[in-house]
Formats: sequence, structure tokens, C-alpha cells
Amino acid sequence: MSIKYRKNLLICSGSSCHDASNFDLMDFINVKLKEYGLDDDIQVVQSVCFNKCSIGPNMIVYPDNVEYSTITKSDIDDIIIEHLLNGRIVERLVYNDVNIISGTHKKQYRIALRNCGFIDPEAIEDYIEKDGYDALAKCLTTFTPEEVTQQIIKSGLRGRGGGGFPTGVKWDITSKSVAEQKYVVCNADEGDPGAFMDRSILEGDPHSVIEAMAICGYCIGANKGIVYIRAEYPLAIKRLKIALDQAKEYGLLGSQIFGTDFNFTIDIKYGAGAFVCGEETALIHSMEGLRGEPTLKPPFPSVSGYLKYPTNVNNVETFANIPAIINKGADWFASIGTEKSKGTKVFALAGKINNVGLIEVPMGTTLREVIYDIGGGIVDGKKFKAVQTGGPSGGCLTEKDLDLPIDFDSLTAAGSMMGSGGMIVMDEDDCMVAMAKFYLEFTVEESCGKCVPCRIGNKRLHEMLTKLCDGYGTPEDLDLLRNLSVVVKDTSLCGLGQTSPNPILSTMANFYDEYHAHVVDHKCPSGQCTSFLKYYIDEENCIGCLVCARNCPVNAIFGEKKKLHIINHEICIKCGICMERCKFDAIYIK
Amino acid sequence: MTICENNVAKIEIICKEFNYDKGELINVLHKTQTTFGYLPEEVQQIVAQNLNTSLAHVYGVVSFYSFFTMTPKGKFPINICTGTACYVRGAEKVLNEFKTLLKIKVGETTKDDKFSLSNLRCVGACGLAPVVLVGEKVYGRVTLDGVQKILDDYNES
Repeated sequence: MSIKYRKNLLICSGSSCHDASNFDLMDFINVKLKEYGLDDDIQVVQSVCFNKCSIGPNMIVYPDNVEYSTITKSDIDDIIIEHLLNGRIVERLVYNDVNIISGTHKKQYRIALRNCGFIDPEAIEDYIEKDGYDALAKCLTTFTPEEVTQQIIKSGLRGRGGGGFPTGVKWDITSKSVAEQKYVVCNADEGDPGAFMDRSILEGDPHSVIEAMAICGYCIGANKGIVYIRAEYPLAIKRLKIALDQAKEYGLLGSQIFGTDFNFTIDIKYGAGAFVCGEETALIHSMEGLRGEPTLKPPFPSVSGYLKYPTNVNNVETFANIPAIINKGADWFASIGTEKSKGTKVFALAGKINNVGLIEVPMGTTLREVIYDIGGGIVDGKKFKAVQTGGPSGGCLTEKDLDLPIDFDSLTAAGSMMGSGGMIVMDEDDCMVAMAKFYLEFTVEESCGKCVPCRIGNKRLHEMLTKLCDGYGTPEDLDLLRNLSVVVKDTSLCGLGQTSPNPILSTMANFYDEYHAHVVDHKCPSGQCTSFLKYYIDEENCIGCLVCARNCPVNAIFGEKKKLHIINHEICIKCGICMERCKFDAIYIK
Repeated sequence: MTICENNVAKIEIICKEFNYDKGELINVLHKTQTTFGYLPEEVQQIVAQNLNTSLAHVYGVVSFYSFFTMTPKGKFPINICTGTACYVRGAEKVLNEFKTLLKIKVGETTKDDKFSLSNLRCVGACGLAPVVLVGEKVYGRVTLDGVQKILDDYNES
């Protein structure tokens, strides 16, 4: 942000806000500022994610630190006249919350997201102003590659993509592989549904990733980098491309960077919708133009990777930490977090939580702090039931785990995993058996089919869960479910199959009573599995308007106008549409 | 679909852009699909010839990735996000409502070629869950009543 302007308007241009506005907010505000003759005085800066996705589009007026939410076209004049011209805050657009300014909540600590929201991602000058490319300059001109690698090892940084492997150690191994060509790969194939931190970093601060990739190239002796990114992220791709062009133009990529003999270039490769490509061997095959099927490790990519050359694969968030570590020192980084998990972690809060969005907290922060203090608690004041971490590979954590300090090892010990940092919050209305079924459906769709346990085992697991949810389960099924889960976990080829039964095992461990209820009592305690329910029409409330009958997809509702309707339970498929549509609360379930 | 010379030339230009490198197959397919809307066997055949690889390889890749399709989509492709956040907020019901109203299943196209229905995993707009995409346009916090309204937007045009 430039100080030559009196005020800066930070507009969130992350996907949620961008999509919520339904018009180009930035262009519109720029036009308006011009109309008022303020365009020399006030600058509009596009930034990313203030952790308020559910009430977007959002804007921060800086340096006043006033945050406006749910802005529409008609609010812009008010903001300009009242706030920018007359200095009066437009109270009706201010979101009242414990968080005064999102992202600066006292329990948050931003390293990976340090610039997101505070710089214009399409302006390299903004990044440079925030010490951007200082770390690269420092590495190239004052340190040897070994010294830099040692600093990363000392910092204790572990891979943020899910595995948690020490980043510096990986760099060290790759640097010791001897070959005429090596590659640095940035894994931006963020497939975990509900996690969007990598996308936000690339949309909000692409240069930090580029800088880190160059540093990595210097350490391992590679002069080529590749970003493998999902085709589903058009905005991130666009910003990354702009950033790469700017870096080249400034001589920060290309040959003889900072006057040294270090050369480095970065290309982009696109994914095409395959979750398994987040696994590094599968990702490398996909980059080679093949089916994204994993192969057995070893050999590890650090020995034989892309085109059989040594390849260092790190995730976006991991890279985003690197420049900060070089600039502030390994000791500083190692002073944050827990004993074995250093630094911070970005989480994507979603599901039944009030403040949806990205947060970054030091390792060791408790779930309670994340969900209640930062996340603002459960929607509609309902009761917290569980939180799924680690996406389809992770497990659920319950009320008893709320005071668990979050780090790689504590989550694994609690039967879940860190994963890429998705946190889906569930409330009392969610059925955990149905949740497990949902995740298995995902795995079945995304299994590449190469190894039998994953291809067939997950399919069988999904069938069993469907049987349970449909009300045909038996107590024997529960034993079978658990046994097969363990087999799939133990015998699958790659991380996808080795972790896919986790949602089943952890929900069984924490909510066995729900499974029991499905097969013994033939009930779904949360009422989500509709096959256990029957819909009835209340005699007193029904006015005979025929709305339910008209909307019933299987014509299971009979009755004449102004007379009580009746549901035929033989035909009813329990879709619940009648209940949603009835304006008189005349339909109930029992 | 029989493929005309003009289209053969278009595919060749795309392949040339990537130096006829079969390692760039996925990028070639992305661009080809953007041009033709889908990737029928005839198109795959020409891609294979140009990149000096087998049709089996191309078909293997096309069928592996969910982004590629071998059947034409409707004029307005409808995608329902069934990522976890959307699921928790009722995406399944929204999907069923689309199925009922359009009388098609996931992966199918309506008889008049107007709408096609598919689901996708997470567009990262979790704050707006449940999310529906029609073409590139995003609809957030979709309710059951909202489904008909979305369709109305396109039925008028």
C-alpha cells in the first residue's frame, strides 16, 4: 500500500467475496471515486480473505481500520460521502463482532498469510515494499546453499500439505542427489474439499511462493521450477501468471539473478480434476502428461522425480513460510509453536460456524480457541458436535478434544490428522454415519483404481455405510466395517487409500452409539438419515392448499383442495420437499 | 461427430503451440476442450497422431481426469459443489431439486441441450455454501426455492 494516498480501500477479492458481489466492485468503486474527484487521494487495493467469507463482499478502510461488510452497489455512495469525505463511519455496514479487524484477532499470528489482504497481489512493488525478495537476495549473496538449508532445518518447518515431513531435510536430500538437471515443484493441487488456503496465498501473495521456489532452487541446485495448479482456480492462475511476468521483468527470475551466476525460471502446469494428484508421485506423473497414478516409494522424488530427475515437491503454504524464516531467522520461527511443530498453521474454517474463512494460528492453539474465540461459535447457537480435520483423509474430533493443543502429532494421536488444514465444523443436526458415508463417496470417486484395496475396498465400505443409512444395517456389519477399514488402511499403495478409512474409524471410535442406533434401534439420532423417518400431515395445521402434493416428486400425497392431505408411506421417498415447501408447518416427521 | 478439415487444423495449431510434446498432453487437452466444448474420440485420435502417441494413452488420460468430458455439455452447464462445506449446508437437497426440476441425472443433458448437470468438489467459495455454478456464474447460499429462480434466469434467455 502506498503512503502517498490519504486512504486505502482494501477490497477482498478472494473467490467468496468476488462471487458474492455479482459485480466488479473494484471497477465500480474506481469509477465512483473518479466521479467524486477522489481518485488522486484514495487508492483501491485488491486484497484477499479477511476471514469473513459468509458476509462478503468485505472492505477495509485503511488506516482507519474500519471494516464494511455485505456491500452492495448502492452502499458505495454512502461510504464515499459519509466516510471518505465527512469522516463519519457508516455504522449500518460495520460488522459487529468480537474480532475488531479480522485477521488481526489477538489469537491469530500471520506468517504464511502475512501479506494476504494487505498488499495488491498484482503489484510487485507492494511485495517489495514488504521486504519482498530480500530473503532471496540475502541467500544468493551472503549464504551458501548449505547454510540456507541448515537454517530451514533449524527452523523446524514441516510440510504443510499434510505429511508434515521436515522441509529442510527434504531439501538436504534433494541437494545431495547428483544429476545434470533438478526441479523444484510447487504443489498447488489443493483437492481437499473445504480447504482453500493455498488458493488464497496464490491469489493474495503469489510473489512469496515464487521467491521461496527460487530459494529452494538455489539450495538444491535446480534452475527450473514448476507450479502444478488446479484448473479450477482461474483467479489464482491469473495472478500467478502476472506475478511471474513481473518477477521476470524485474530480473528476479531468469538468468544471473542479483548479479550472481544463479539462474531460475518457473513454468505452470495444470491439473485436470483428480484428488489423488495431490500425492507427489501421482502429481509428477500428471505433470508428465500421464494418468495421475501414484507409484511406490522409494524411489522418492528427491532421488527420481519429474522426468526421472531429482525433484523437490513442497506445498504452497510451506513455501510461503520460507522468506519469513530467512528474513527473521530460524530461531524466531522455532520460538513459535510446540516442541515438534514449529511456526503457525493456516486453517480453513467452514461448515456450521459463524466466521467462515481463513485463519492462521500458532501451532499449539486449542480447538476451543479456534472454534469459539476466532470462529465465533456455532451457527444459530446450536450445540457443537464434531470438527473434521484433514479432510477425507482425516478424522473427527469431539467435545473432549476441544482443549487439545493443535499440532501435527497431537492430531494424529487423537485419531485425526493435520492434513492441509481444512476444518469442517458439525453441529447436533449432523449424523456422523452419514458424514462417514459422504467422505467414502468422495474417496470412491477419486480413487485412481490402480491398487485393489483402495479401488474395491472403499467401494465395499461405501456400500456398507449406505446400507446403514438406508436402515438395512445389522450389528455384524459394524464388525465387518471396522475390519475392512483396517485392511484398506494397511494394504493400499498410496496416502489416499491408507487414510481413506479414517473418517469411519474415528467416527466409530467417538460416536459408536450412533452406529449402534442405526443397526439396533433402527433410528438415526440426529434425524438426518431420512429413511428411518416417516412424514405425516398435521390435521390442525393443514389447510388443504395442495402445495405439498404439487411439489411431491413421486406423487405420494393425496387429497382434495381445502381438505386434509394424506401421505402414502409406500410411495414416499422421504425427500422432505413437502416439509420445506409447506408454509403452515403442517408436515412433521416421526 | 465427423471432424472437418478446419477443425483438424485447429487441433494441429494447438499441438504445435506445445511443440508436439506428449508430456504436454494435459495442457493440449485443456486447450482443445476449450475450443470444442468436449473431447470426442475423433478429436482424441487427431491429438494422438499429432503428439505421436497412441489413442489409448490419450483416452486413458481423458477418462482419468474429471475435468475432461467426452459428451457435449448443455448450453448452460450446471455444476453443484458437493465439497464438504456445501454438503454440511445442504448441497445434496439442492442437487436433488435440480434433478427433479430438470428431470435428468448427474452427468446428463436435457433433451433440448439447454442444461447439463454435474457436481464438482469445492470451488473454494465455502463461505457461500451451498454453491451452484451455471457456466462461470456463481450462485451462493442456494435454497430450494432458489433453484427454480436460477433456472428461470436461463429459461427466459
